[in-house]
Amino acid sequence: MGTLKLSGVAVGTLENIDLEVAPGEIVCLSGPSGGGKSRLLRAIADLDPHGGQVTLDDINQSALPAHLWRGKVMMVPAESAWWHDTVGEHFPQSVGNTLAQIGLDPGASTWPVTRLSSGEKQRLALVRALSYEPSALLLDEPTANLDRDSTAKVEAWLCERIRADKLPTIWVAHHEDQIARVANRHVHITGAGIEALEVAG
Amino acid sequence: MSVIALSWWQLALAALLVIALAICTFLARLDVGKTLLIAAARTAIQLTLVGLVLEALFAVGSLHWVALMGFGMLLLAGREVVARQKYPLRGGWSFGIGTLSMFISAFAVTVLTLTAVISPTPWYTPQYAIPLLGMLLGNTMTGVALGLDRLTESARRSRDIIENRLMLGESWQQALGDFRRDAMRAGLTPIINAMAAAGIVSLPGMMTGQILAGTPPALAVKYQILIMFTIAAGTGFGTFAAVALCARRLFDGRERLRLDRLRST
Repeated sequence: MGTLKLSGVAVGTLENIDLEVAPGEIVCLSGPSGGGKSRLLRAIADLDPHGGQVTLDDINQSALPAHLWRGKVMMVPAESAWWHDTVGEHFPQSVGNTLAQIGLDPGASTWPVTRLSSGEKQRLALVRALSYEPSALLLDEPTANLDRDSTAKVEAWLCERIRADKLPTIWVAHHEDQIARVANRHVHITGAGIEALEVAG
Repeated sequence: MSVIALSWWQLALAALLVIALAICTFLARLDVGKTLLIAAARTAIQLTLVGLVLEALFAVGSLHWVALMGFGMLLLAGREVVARQKYPLRGGWSFGIGTLSMFISAFAVTVLTLTAVISPTPWYTPQYAIPLLGMLLGNTMTGVALGLDRLTESARRSRDIIENRLMLGESWQQALGDFRRDAMRAGLTPIINAMAAAGIVSLPGMMTGQILAGTPPALAVKYQILIMFTIAAGTGFGTFAAVALCARRLFDGRERLRLDRLRST
């Protein structure tokens, strides 16, 4: 897996963003709400028009058809959507083993989507995204709806998968303690740009 | 059998019924009395004018004038398609897509029916061409407008589903597929229902008109069947084309959902 590289990316109020994320590296992104964190992830996934260049493993975003790019550089939104009747229909492959690791019932794939809680949806959305075997991950507050226990399980599982599959990862996070637990690097949005911060601990 | 002529005072009696209805809606505070009366007045005025135009057109009967009339009707139908959209595409795209799809379906089916099925001499004889085109355009317009409205509305409402599917690497066709099929079904449903119920629940308006005007029922029925089939074909192909074109326009070259291309009224 290659490096995810942003050069001169401009979207919304953000201008000229440069960032390099190495394979298996987790860069936590923080910033004020409305500061453009989600917009930046959407630009990297090519869901919003934007300026500048994004490359993965030296392949330019615009060199690939958009859906192939998004299949590689996969964004998991803060609020996931579910459109089929049952959970399992959303997955390209069986995921029973993974579910137990993050505190979900292994039989959850037979559940109707209407009975999912917001925390269950959030965890299942992460499993769904990873089951498509992406080459890079863009996570928008992946543990926002989870309690402390589930958060710890999801963080451990995500870090293990990210390092094992060598996925360059941008992880939008609010809490300093979560950033300290998972981040290799931490960047913070200030105004129109980003600045690198020390990772505590 | 001769036709009983209708005089204006007889129509005025029918108009009294509409006025009575308007008074009732006013008393019941439904707030539609004014719109009802304006619509009724528009019916009378518009149809009278069309009657004059048709009288003149039938007298001339040349291809130029028939074609001009046809295109005039097409443009008005295109405008009506836009007027029925809650969220039309910006920059005249809804008008363009609606007009183009009605042109390739309603016009093609009308010309085909005139030349290959009814075969009057000449084929553009306005007594056949104009009513046939009118029936086809009117119904195709309904199908196209319903299909487009359903598509743009569900794209707005289900934005998070469509974008989540895009995020998982689906192409725009896959991400929109369910909504596109829904929209095409919505456009086709009225004509399917009309064909299924024709003659049982209601006597179709055109056939009723023909019978009242003295045509033998058996012949009126044949024409009605012809009209229903051509309407089904025109509506179906028109809706297909319009929904497919509009779906494409909802996404840009990078397969991004572009709801900013919809006007929110």
